This record gives sequence, C-alpha cells and structure tokens, in this order.
Amino acid sequence: MKNIVAIAWKEIKTYFVSPMAYVIMAVYSVLASYYFVTSISGVLPEASVRGYILPSTLLFVLLSPIITMRLIAEEQKLGTLELLMTSPVRDYEIVLGKFVAASASLVSILIPTAYLVLLLHWFGTPDIGPILSGYLGLTLFGMATISVGLLASSLSGNQIVSAVVAMGILLILSIIDLASSYVTGVFSDIVLEISISNHFQNFARGIIDTHDIVFYVVFITFMLFLTVRSLESRRWR
Amino acid sequence: MQDRTSPIIEVDNLTKYYGDFPAIENISFTVNKGEILGFLGPNAAGKTTTMRVLTGFMPPTSGSAKIAGFDVVDQSLEARRRIGYLPETVPLYTEMSVRDYLDFMGRIRGMSKEWRRRRVNEVIDVCRLDEYATSLIGKLSKGFRQRVGIAQAVLHEPEVLIMDEPTIGIDPIQVVETRNLIKGFGGEHTIILSTHILPEVSMVCERVIIIHEGQVVAIDRPENLSERLRGTERIEVDIRGPVADVMSALRDIPGVQEVTRISKDDLGSYNIESASGADLGEQIATLVFERHWGLLRLQPIQMSLEEIFLRLTTTEPEST
Repeated sequence: MKNIVAIAWKEIKTYFVSPMAYVIMAVYSVLASYYFVTSISGVLPEASVRGYILPSTLLFVLLSPIITMRLIAEEQKLGTLELLMTSPVRDYEIVLGKFVAASASLVSILIPTAYLVLLLHWFGTPDIGPILSGYLGLTLFGMATISVGLLASSLSGNQIVSAVVAMGILLILSIIDLASSYVTGVFSDIVLEISISNHFQNFARGIIDTHDIVFYVVFITFMLFLTVRSLESRRWR
Repeated sequence: MQDRTSPIIEVDNLTKYYGDFPAIENISFTVNKGEILGFLGPNAAGKTTTMRVLTGFMPPTSGSAKIAGFDVVDQSLEARRRIGYLPETVPLYTEMSVRDYLDFMGRIRGMSKEWRRRRVNEVIDVCRLDEYATSLIGKLSKGFRQRVGIAQAVLHEPEVLIMDEPTIGIDPIQVVETRNLIKGFGGEHTIILSTHILPEVSMVCERVIIIHEGQVVAIDRPENLSERLRGTERIEVDIRGPVADVMSALRDIPGVQEVTRISKDDLGSYNIESASGADLGEQIATLVFERHWGLLRLQPIQMSLEEIFLRLTTTEPEST
C-alpha cells in the first residue's frame, strides 16, 4: 500500500509540473463549455449538464491516452522500469500506483467544469441528482479509458504507438453498440454489453444502475490484470 | 558482524536462455561480505544477464542465486531489499530534481521518513551533488547523472551493490572519481561490478571473474591472473620416442618451465610451458631430429584466457 501511494504521488507530481496537465485541462474546459452553451441556447433550454456530459465520453477517449501514454512506455525508454522492477515493489503495486495517479489526473480536468454547474444554479433550478450521477458515470468511464491506456502503454516502449493503440481500442469499444442494429439475438446483446459508452447512458440520464457500476469495475479490473501480466511478461522475455 | 568469510552472494549453476540462445551457462560463484568482485568480459559475454538475474529483474532458466540467504526467485522481495542496483543505462526520471528522485527511490524501498531525510543528505554529500540537489536531472551532464545513479544505488544502505559498467561513457577525470567512490564503498557494502576494461579491474577489485560466451573462464585475484597470463606460452607436441628420455630432454631446453604428458598411450603428447617470447618450436624440432625421434605434431596453443584478455585490452585501451 505504501508503495502504491509512493508511486501514485510521484506520478501526480510529475503530471502537474508538466504543461500537459494544464493544456489538457484547458482544452477540455473549452470544449465542455462550448457543448454547454449550445445545449442551453435552444428554444426550450434545460437546466442540466447532459449537454456536455454526453459528448465528454468522446473527449475522454481522445484525451485519456494522452495522459496514460507515458506512464509505462516512458519508464521503459528511460530504463527506470528496470529499477522499479528490481526494487522491493510488486508488479501490481506499480500498475495500481500509476492507475490511481492517472485517474486523479483525469478527474482533475473535470474540476473547472464546476463553474458550469454553478451557472446552472445561478440562472435556473437544476435537479442535483442527474448532475451527480453524470459526474459519477463520467468518472467511472474515465477510469475505464485510463485502464485501457495503461495496458497500451505497457505493450510498447513507444509513447505515440501506445496512445494510438489506446485510442483505437477505446473508439471501437465506444461505438461497437451501434452494431447492435445490424446483428441479431445474442450478438446484439454482446455488443451492447461490452460497449463502454452504452453503460454510460443511464448515468447521463440520472439513473445509477448497479449493473453499469459492476460493468465498469469488472472492466477496469480486467484491464489492470492484463497490464500486470504484460509487465510480468517482460521478466520472461 | 563483518565476517569476511561468510558468503553473502551465492550463485549456483545459473543458466539463462533467451529462446534457444544461452546467454549464461552454469555460472557458479560466491562473494564474501565486504568484497569487491569484478565481472570482466567482452561485450555480450553475459555480464548484464547475470546481474539482471541477481537483481530479480528476470528469473534464471535453471540454477539458483541467493542474496544474503534469500533466493532471488522464491524470496525475491527480501532479496531485492538488500540490493542496490545501477543498470548499464542509468535509470533516471529526467523531469525530477535530484533530491525528489532520491526521496522517491527511498520511498519505494520502504525507507522511513527520518531515514530517508538523513540518507538523502548523506549520499548527496558523498557523491558530491550538493550544488545540483535541486536541479532537474534532465539538465545534468553525463558524469553527474552517473553520480545520481550511484547515489540511488547506495541510498538504502544495501548489503549488496550491483553495478553494470559504472564507468562507461564518462570522461577520464570522472572515471577516476567514480572508481574512487566505488572503492570507498567496499568494506561496508559487498560489490559486484562489471566492466570490459581490463585495468579497471586491477584498480578497483579484489577478485575477478572472467566470463566469456556465457561461461566462467577464471576466478582469481587480479595479481594472480595477470601473472598467470603474462608469464607463459604453451606448445603442444606429439613425439614418438621413449617417454622418460623425451621428458627430460624437453625439460633441459633453456626457457622451458614445465613439461607435462597429456596422452597415456605409446604416442607421447606433451604440453610445454615456457616464458613468453622464448619461441621454442625450432629448438624442439632440432632436438627431436638429433635424437632420431619422430616429430608428429608441433602446435603453439593460444591460451583461451589470453585470447580474451587480448580482446579486452585491444578493444578499449586504458583511458586514464
């Protein structure tokens, strides 16, 4: 546990001294604000956060790999992975430490959007429930994208490669539910079930379904498990 | 405590294959407490592989290694706790400051806050990094990075220090400094250090293991090794003739140091050792001809060790 905290803390510090943290935060804020403005500018504006919470999944698919790409790939390039792996630290502690740090980094980009919620309160009477469930869903969705990014980062020593691989996997997992209209029966269920964006829909609507929470938890656990395995396999190569 | 005869590193028949390729084969040795052991061998001899197995980075294909009694595979974490490791490419987080980096290394090795604070200051002092303690590692020159690498290796006061080519790629003055630094760690730490530079070994190490193509060729003190190597030249001859006469006649040739009989049958094969530069071939041939024996073969033998040493000394001349 101490090791996880040590590694996570180091990664968080590294992330927040780099300009990347603020660039990503700024890009996300601008885009989220834009979506927000368009969603409340209609004829019958609704005091909800759905306007930017829903498209945020796509933004996360694009931004998460940027946050995670260096986590393991860079360690490998610098040679520090060898040092970590010969320190009295277990492989899963390395992976968990990095996962915690990257999740914190991703959640941090949501913080500036709090002003949008404040604006809603200022000018309207939004229902707080869907706002909270939306942010909860976005956090879970974000952690799922981070876990995929971490796996991709462990597969290659090249940061760009790992970022592109992660984006590819995440895009497929986000849009695979569209295929449900073209296939029938059990296949239709499967594509809906493995789609990371499909499980997000309920959260955006203000519904917290344990089914969806369990999906994200299982998904994240599985990805982290694969990452640990991928790291371990380095010892055998 | 400082019992210099108890082995702290025990390596037994260590073998590591990369696919079908044997990187090291049946390597066995022990290192006593406080000893500085040199790992000498040409590039790709298996030095790094051995070190990676010892540090628990990769498991051996067969055989075992123990650090302070802990098996590097079965009790990996315990073994790793006792090792300070400096890999060949100095592993540094370029975007961290020297002090932050050392503090982080201390944390993942389970050092308490107090211990960390004390040791970080100590190693910064010992490795003379004071001026750069708050600089970003990425901004440091190669020599200073090397010192930071050494600083992290000794930070947690490990019983065993393993350093892979610690003086490679830094300028001559820094090489001398680094060697002195390492020498200073001997006694309190047990050190294994690899190099392909011959003079470095005799300067720093108390004992040397020469490995070549994955196998241990020799283990000895550096003085003994050089003596064994510098002194002798070997010739193998097959001579048909009465064994006792041939032996004594060969021994009488000036310059011959030792004659041993290799074969047991009627055909006499002999191994002749002499001081280097004696060039005995002609004298042996004349002798055999005069005595009317039969000279069937005369072959100067390149000692395998010497071959390696030659390669070592010719690929990298002494840089100091």
